[in-house]
Amino acid sequence: MAEITLQDIIQPENLVYEKSKLLTEKPFHYCPGCGHGTVHRIIAEVLEELGVDDRTIGVSPVGCAVMAYDYFDVDFVEAAHGRAPACATGIKRVWPDKVVFSYQGDGDLAAIGTCETIHTCNRGENITMIFVNNGIYGMTGGQMAPTTLVGMKTATTPYGRMPQWPDGTPNNGFPLQITQLLAQLPGTRYVTRQAVFSAAAVRNCKKAIKKAFQNQIENKNGVNFVEIVSNCNSNWKMSAVDANKWLQDNMLPVYPLGDLKDNFELIKK
Amino acid sequence: MGELKLMKGNEALAEAAIRCGADAYFGYPITPQSEVIEYLSEQNPYERTGMVVLQAESELAAINMVYAAGAAGKRVMTSSSSPGVCLKQEGLAYIAGAEVPCVFADVVRGGPGLGTIQPSQADYFQNTKGGGNGDYRNIVLAPASVQEMADFVPLGFELAFKYRMAVCILSDGAIGQMMEKVVLPEQKARLTEEEIKAKYPWALTGRKRGTQHRVITSLDLDSARMEEHNRHLQRKYDEVTKNEVRYEMIDCDDAEYVFVAYGSSARIAQKSVQLGRAEGLKVGLLRPITLWPYPTQAIRNLIDKGVKGFLSVELSCGQMIEDVLLACNGRAKAEHFGRVGGIIHTPEEVLEAMKKQIIGE
Ligand SMILES: Cc1ncc(C[n+]2csc(CCOP(=O)(O)OP(=O)(O)O)c2C)c(N)n1
Ligand code: SF4
Ligand SMILES: [Mg+2]
Repeated sequence: MAEITLQDIIQPENLVYEKSKLLTEKPFHYCPGCGHGTVHRIIAEVLEELGVDDRTIGVSPVGCAVMAYDYFDVDFVEAAHGRAPACATGIKRVWPDKVVFSYQGDGDLAAIGTCETIHTCNRGENITMIFVNNGIYGMTGGQMAPTTLVGMKTATTPYGRMPQWPDGTPNNGFPLQITQLLAQLPGTRYVTRQAVFSAAAVRNCKKAIKKAFQNQIENKNGVNFVEIVSNCNSNWKMSAVDANKWLQDNMLPVYPLGDLKDNFELIKK
Repeated sequence: MGELKLMKGNEALAEAAIRCGADAYFGYPITPQSEVIEYLSEQNPYERTGMVVLQAESELAAINMVYAAGAAGKRVMTSSSSPGVCLKQEGLAYIAGAEVPCVFADVVRGGPGLGTIQPSQADYFQNTKGGGNGDYRNIVLAPASVQEMADFVPLGFELAFKYRMAVCILSDGAIGQMMEKVVLPEQKARLTEEEIKAKYPWALTGRKRGTQHRVITSLDLDSARMEEHNRHLQRKYDEVTKNEVRYEMIDCDDAEYVFVAYGSSARIAQKSVQLGRAEGLKVGLLRPITLWPYPTQAIRNLIDKGVKGFLSVELSCGQMIEDVLLACNGRAKAEHFGRVGGIIHTPEEVLEAMKKQIIGE
């Protein structure tokens, strides 16, 4: 029997998976195992499948994903720290037929940009908001984020996040469940929390992101909001594998996965 | 010939925005310029021309809406007053770095801080020297009448798109609130998507298949490229300085002493010139219309022609005087005079200051 060579295997009929055409050739600068890369890939696949690459405008944040514009082969504007929702509002209002999405981390969306986040959601802008929650400030070297878990060690909570001192005096405050808060606002159409730590999670996340874009394309109003609970293995100081395990054991109890709101209706749990 | 109307400065600015085919206004209320957004809302421009008017949650949000909508090739503007303009500095720095065209009006009130709602010209530094971070400039137009409040909106958009930068209409509470006759231009159509794509290939309109995607950003971590970007910005600013200086001279032909004043102070100083001339004093007025780029050469030419001294008249403790002094470079005397806190100087006290501080005995 003739030996099977690599060339025999690399054939179009054997192709089961390839890089989305909407990702550029630029190598990701993300740490290996970081969720940002996976989320980028999902967004690119969805935009490609929906065939809207020629009318999509993305808004990148300040955070590890600041240069997201280098990786997506669609038009992009880079926002100031926290202002991506305002930028997305500005674009969508003047170009209502374009597909507009913002991409933000937890510091960007839920600390410095909380005001823009809440009001954009409350106005019911017809946009898609992607929120990557890794519980930490990745880009600046691992300081506390509003979403940092109680007890979690960061560069600015070296002894663990402590909401209050033992005598009750306020200290670091509590993990901010911004997604629950946004689900309460009448302007949000679809609010969901997803993850990308496993193949199954990635599949669910892709469905959610696709829906968040489809909703925008089919409707005139209502924010479509997708939180992705993700890891920052570098600043959590863990291997990527350990980080994904830690995420499931510690992040998900505080940030449980699933839809919070669909078609403007809160989902009763 | 346009339409003659009696209007407030703020209303004229708003009406001019609709008529020149602006695509959007994003703003946040603050005295003494809330009439801008109130007038726009009342006029329902969404139905008149399709122009978007949005009351944002803050000046910070408003300027970032302007930044991105401008990056998307649209003619967008905002307006505010001093404390609000502080909040806009973040966006203005991004707008400068990313080279986004836009127009913003600052109807200045007294400061620092919450200050007063009365007219002031104490934000000259903030608007002409920057206020956000980095080596950048904004073109600054200083209207001295309700007519100019209207005229500078289309002019502002023209310059903003010509140079891809922010244009500030630096007004004050007096010009914003006063009513005067104004001739309004004919309604112009807003640009279509095809026109925007043809005129502004850099604009984010969704990348055409088979072409390079566009990115509007102020970030570049490569030092060599970032240095070149900064040099490019400076070359652009040099070009603006060469082409766009605007000013007006009144009674300067034979003048020995010249008031330098812009906006509402220029209106007052103009009267001081009349009073001085009636007394036989050879006084004139130089009114900068662009505060950046500054009419430095105009001042130098006056010195060459024999002007011995300048009085910079501003509703501030002395800001524009620094540019007058730079222009004089020691070759002529220059001093500041101005009332603050919401008090507006009278033509008589301005003339008196000229006599005491500049002309001498
Ligand atoms: C106005 C301003 N303040 C602070 C910073 C510094 N900074 C850059 S990214 C960042 C935090 C980003 O964290 P997050 O949004 O969670 O994104 P991640 O990197 O974790 O994805 C901070 C504080 C900045 N660039 N601009
Ligand atoms: S620092 Fe954290 S968030 Fe940033 S790329 Fe690395 S793992 Fe991802
Ligand atoms: Mg983060």
